Formats: sequence, C-alpha cells, structure tokens
Amino acid sequence: MANVQIAAVERTFPGVRGGVPTRALEPIDITVADNDFVAILGPSGCGKSTLLRIVAGLDRPTAGRVAVDGVPVERPGADRGMVFQSYTLFPWLTVRENIGFGPRERGVGEAQRRAIADALMAKVGLAGFADHYPRMLSGGMQQRAALARALANDPKILLLDEPFGALDHQTRALMQELLLSVWEADRKTVLFVTHDIEEAVFMANRVLVMTARPGRIKSEVTVPLPHPRHWRMKTMPEFARLKEQLTEAIREETLRAAAMNV
Amino acid sequence: MSRPRVLAAFEPLVPIAPGARVALGIAFFVCFFALWGAATWGGWVKPLFLADPAKTFAAGWRLLVQFNFAGDIAITIGRVVGGFVIAAALAVPIGIAMGAFKPVEAFLEPFVSFARYLPASAFIPLLILWFGVDEKQKLAVIFIGAFFQIVLMIAVLIGETRRDLVEAAYTLGAGNRGIVFRVMLPNAAPQIAETLRLVLGWAWTYVIVAELIGAEAGIGHMIMDSQRFLDTGQMIFGIFLIGVIGLVTDLAFRAANRRLFPWQLGR
Repeated sequence: MANVQIAAVERTFPGVRGGVPTRALEPIDITVADNDFVAILGPSGCGKSTLLRIVAGLDRPTAGRVAVDGVPVERPGADRGMVFQSYTLFPWLTVRENIGFGPRERGVGEAQRRAIADALMAKVGLAGFADHYPRMLSGGMQQRAALARALANDPKILLLDEPFGALDHQTRALMQELLLSVWEADRKTVLFVTHDIEEAVFMANRVLVMTARPGRIKSEVTVPLPHPRHWRMKTMPEFARLKEQLTEAIREETLRAAAMNV
Repeated sequence: MSRPRVLAAFEPLVPIAPGARVALGIAFFVCFFALWGAATWGGWVKPLFLADPAKTFAAGWRLLVQFNFAGDIAITIGRVVGGFVIAAALAVPIGIAMGAFKPVEAFLEPFVSFARYLPASAFIPLLILWFGVDEKQKLAVIFIGAFFQIVLMIAVLIGETRRDLVEAAYTLGAGNRGIVFRVMLPNAAPQIAETLRLVLGWAWTYVIVAELIGAEAGIGHMIMDSQRFLDTGQMIFGIFLIGVIGLVTDLAFRAANRRLFPWQLGR
C-alpha cells in the first residue's frame, strides 16, 4: 500500500523534423492516498495515458516529479504493476508462466511461482487455463491474465491504462466487477485511466477529469457510493447524477478537442 | 447456394484438407517425372543433353554402389553443416546485439550491409590462394555467404520486438538482461529458426560452387567429373539429390519448429 505524489508534472514531445513541439500535459498535481482508487477520465488524446506512463516510469516528464511513498520514480519497477489496453501477455509463455514472469525476474523459485500463479488464476477465474497459450484465450481472458500477472509481484500500486478498452460491453462489465472485487479484497492503490464515464464512476472513489490536449486536471468528483459495489448501483439515481455531471464536463472537452482539430 | 467444387477451390485463402495437400504436392512430382520421361523417351531431347529418368537413376545407383558416392555426399553435407553452424554460432549473437542495442547497430550496420552484397562466389579464387582447396576454403566460402545475411536478418527480427511487450516486461520488474533474453529472444525465436532454414538453403549453393571450382571430393566435384565424360545422367542425379536433401532438411526444420514453438500454432 502506498501513496503517489504527482507534482507539477508536465510533458512536451519534441516536434518531428523541426516541427512544432506538442504539449501533451500542462503542469499537473495529483496526490493519491493509500488504498485509494482514482480514475482519470478524459477525452481521447488528452494525455491521460502519458501521465500514467510517467507514473509507471515508461516515460519521463519534461518537468516536475512523481514520487511513490516519497521515493522519486526514475524507471519502471515491480512496485508499480501495470495493465495495458493492448494485449501484452507474452505469446510464448503459458498463462501460468505469464503470471510467474514478474516473480521469476525477481528470482522467486519455481515452486513458489507456481503457488502465486495458481492462487491468482483462481482469483481471476482462469483456474482451468494454466497451460493455455495467450492466443488460445479470448480478449477478456487475456486481460484477466494480464491483471493477474500485474498482481503477481504484489505491487504497491496498480496502474491501469484502459485495460478493458478493447473488450465488448458485456465482457467489460464483468471485468469491472472482477477488478472491483480484487480491489475490495486487497485495497491496493489504483490509478485507472479511462474514457468511459460509467466505468469511472462505478470503479473509483475519486474521478479526476482531464481537459483536452494539452491535458490538465479540470475538475474532481468524489464518488460517495459505498463498497462493496454491485452492478445494480449503475441504476441508482445517485449514480445517474454523477454520470450526468461527468458527461457534461467531458462533453465540453470533447467539443473543444473537436474544434481544435478542424 | 452450393457452387461447383472447382470454383470453391479458387476462393482465396480457403483451407485445404491435409490429405489433399499431400496428394497435390505428390501430383506435381508425378507431372514432373512424366514430362521429363516424355521429353527424353519421346525423343524430343537428345540423350547427350538430358538423360532419361531411368538412366539417371541407374547412374545414381552405379555412383553409390561402385564409386562410393555416399562418401561424397557425406563430405558435402559435412561442409554445409560445418560452415553454416560456424556462421550461425557467430552471427546470431551479433545479430541479437545489433537488434537490441542501437549503438552496436550504428557501429556495425553500415559495414554488414556492405558486406552482405559481396558475392561469396567472388571470394573463391582469393580463398583458394589463402587456404588452398581443402576444407578450410569450403567452410570460408559458406561462412562469407551466410554470416552477414544472418546477422542482418536477426538484427531486424530482434529490433522488431513489440514495444508494448518490452514495456510490460519493464513494469513487471525485468532489467535489461531480462528484456533481451526473456522477451526479445523468445519472441523472435521462431522467425530466427525460419531465417536459419532459409540461409541453410543458400549455403548449399555456395558449397556446390566451391566444389565445382576446386575440390577433390563432394557432390559438386562429382558433377564436374561427370561433365568430362558427358555423363548427363550422373550430373542430373547429383543435382536431383541436392534437391532431395534440401527437402528433407526443410521437413525436419518444420517439424522441429512445431515442437520448439508450440505457442505459434492455431487455436
């Protein structure tokens, strides 16, 4: 369990072949408390993935700093598990070996890796698929395995970059419930990037709305829905109210982004 | 909406039953021999230029039984495998280093790209001068022909590793060693095997050229000797045999790949 401090982080991508540099992120300050589940919501291209990649250590900020438990982030590490939108299971490893990849890199022995993987496969509902290769799995199963793989290192923070973005609506809803149940059991600190408003409200305790590029935090909405959450909450008036409020905010930004691109 | 089967056969990418695939493959060989037989036994081509199938295989039998041709075959195979293994053993690690590390690539790529175009056969006179006509010269020809090609192709394969897989591995705690040996290498391994299979085929060309120009034994040497006696049957048998050896190695490579890389198979 850990907290994250994002302090005045900004990112500008250099121009291609002498072109104008692209400002992806305006200075951003976010503090994520221990055990918090924070969703970052924004229109596509707003830089929310860039922000997450900076926290992961996969990208460097142009200015500002990110710290986890006060320790500055300089490179990727096993303390920050990540699930990507694209399917990133290693195709040459079975589900069990994929989940055991992180522990193996840390020098955990075979027997213990097996125990970790088996426990996680049971947790994400992949118990019968230990020896399957990724290409034999559906998209939803692959993302469940990817989640298990990220959890296998017992990271302090879980970074989720639209992990369900490529899934169909029904599978996505089931995955949200699965992730929620995992979070409700472990209460790991979670940073969840999405452009799906309902998803953000259903999953998170706090929703941060980002503006169109260059991205900055536009507003913050606290989700007072109690845990454990059930899918029926999506039909409650309180849920509808939050959804409306966020839809309004995002719509503005999407229109702005569309106007910029014309 | 049932269409005639013949039309269905020309629907793009429609799979074919395994039995039919083998049958069609064999059918072509049958056509090939039929055409060859027709051309020679039918009298369209003079025996001096093209021996008929029966004479060719009779010549082959004579070679094997009377002239210890099996020894020549073994020598040639030994040269191909030897030269190829030496080239691959050095080229694969260098290719991996080039693909993974950009400074290594910047250092080696221009030279390797240049060297790749140097025809191995053009080196033969020089190599004879350096090594004589013994085994070292044969291995060197194959080495020059195979080494630079392998380096470059492996470098490209390794460099094409999916970025998101590398990033996922980093977030799982992998270091640089882990990325190279447990992501890039296994990821590219099937294509590396495929590259080696391809280059092994080219190595056959180099060894035969080397043997034609100067050798005391080997399949190429036999073909050259046969020309002196205008024995087209023996020459054709030699060429045919190389094709057969190539076909067998290919099948072996494919079977090995299926074994080694089960994760590549379909659902």
